[in-house]
Amino acid sequence: MPRLTLLSLQVLVAVAALAFWQFFATVPILGHTLLPPFFFSKPTDVGWQIVDWFVTGVIWKHLAITLWESILAFAIGSFFGVAIGFWFARKPLVAAVFDPYVKMANALPRVVLAPIFALWLGLGIWSKVALGVTLVFFIVFFNVYQGVKEVSTTVRDNARMIGMNEAQLMRHVYWPSALSWMFSSLHTSVGFAVVGAVVGEYLGSAAGLGYLIQQAEGVFDVAGVFAGMFVLSAFVILIDIFVSLVERRLLVWRPNAAEVRG
Amino acid sequence: MELPGPAEPISTGAVPTAVSLQDASVAFRLAGGRVYTAVEKANLAVAAGEFVAIVGPTGCGKSTLLNVAAGLLAPAAGHVRIFDAPLAGLNRQAGYLFQADALFPWKTAIDNVAIALEIDGVPRRQALERAQAFLAQVGLGAFSQRYPHMLSGGQRKRVGLAQVLIRDPKILLMDEPFGPLDAQTRQIMGNLLLDLWSADRKAVLFVTHDLEEAIALADRVVIMSAGPGARIIGDWRVPLSRPRDITEVKLDQAFHDLHREIWDALKDEVLKGYAQSTKAAGE
Repeated sequence: MPRLTLLSLQVLVAVAALAFWQFFATVPILGHTLLPPFFFSKPTDVGWQIVDWFVTGVIWKHLAITLWESILAFAIGSFFGVAIGFWFARKPLVAAVFDPYVKMANALPRVVLAPIFALWLGLGIWSKVALGVTLVFFIVFFNVYQGVKEVSTTVRDNARMIGMNEAQLMRHVYWPSALSWMFSSLHTSVGFAVVGAVVGEYLGSAAGLGYLIQQAEGVFDVAGVFAGMFVLSAFVILIDIFVSLVERRLLVWRPNAAEVRG
Repeated sequence: MELPGPAEPISTGAVPTAVSLQDASVAFRLAGGRVYTAVEKANLAVAAGEFVAIVGPTGCGKSTLLNVAAGLLAPAAGHVRIFDAPLAGLNRQAGYLFQADALFPWKTAIDNVAIALEIDGVPRRQALERAQAFLAQVGLGAFSQRYPHMLSGGQRKRVGLAQVLIRDPKILLMDEPFGPLDAQTRQIMGNLLLDLWSADRKAVLFVTHDLEEAIALADRVVIMSAGPGARIIGDWRVPLSRPRDITEVKLDQAFHDLHREIWDALKDEVLKGYAQSTKAAGE
């Protein structure tokens, strides 16, 4: 299908959905409104709220905070995930000993940790970063662990036959293999970093997109809740596009890496 | 069992033995504590500069024997000597061309070849220059920046060959290297291999299931019986002159005579090996 046709159909879906919403929220049918504005707001109000945020500039501070928390959560979680994933994969005994605890920690719904982190780290950004770290860590950890373990035996034997020692194997074989697995889960781990930040903010903070949504909800400002949701999804999509660009650059050696997320 | 044909390479005294297996047996421990003897008391000697092909039915332990010569696998019994020194650990004098894809998928063709020098401390620029020259030699000069997945199966084998040869090993171990390729590409690769080999005559141990390929390439053809407990059951000298062209040599009468002779000995083992493999699959 031509690009232009596809694009116009996609836009049409959005326009139709918004039009329905606007219509049923403003025009009473048989005496009563199907979507009472108190519960559903209406697209124009939501739109004006978003415009207002950007015109007055309040939104930038919250976006910056959420972005910063996500970046920190991703960086710290990835660092520990890579380090510990590597360590476990190269030391089967350590992996075997810690296995039940890793499974236990991973089984825990991370939201319940939020109050603990708030107590320990306060209401500033670090309690949100910590929540994001617990999410990012496990994804990166499992992928790196797998990546190091699943190096093809032929590739490893070949590396040894051309004379690589243990350190060189690490650098030229295990490391690139582990990184490739980590990069292939980049979308998930970056997504979870944002989830950690926003959920943390929602549960108690003084700034960020999660805070904005929570505040609006507290005063029954439905337009504010919807506006926060739209800004948040646009924010995540932008980050996702950025991740795709990075991924395409890093996984250039992979078959179909470029086509997968076209 | 008496071996038809000479079991030892021509011992003029001046030619050293590159690879020598004496009564080498290989066993694997299976799940449940049973021991599976893959190869039993194999005796094989490859002289320096000699091209020896090992032929046998599927699953007879040909690759196992090669792994023993490479030092990737220690024999359960017997001795492995490389240039008259007992082999301990990896065989540092050997280059190994594997059957499966063994290139580093995250490195370009030229980096795959250059790394084989860089790990010995050759400066990167110099390693890249020589890698480019080797790629050109195997006919891939224009493909140096491609990643393995962008190359065809035959091209990947060429890169693998360059990666192995750039280290200038004295012994070349090849495990059905052209197995996955189509018939045309195999002939081209065979001729390429003979060209490269004739330049400095390394000792070659070439494993294949294809008897025609073995005769066309090698100085000697060694036959293995079907496993388990596979043995070396025959050893023939190939009376064809060099340089050879793989396609043309197959039209030679001597080629056909030898082929028939070896096939007569091999045929029963192939059937036995086939029966065993279907039985194993049915278990």
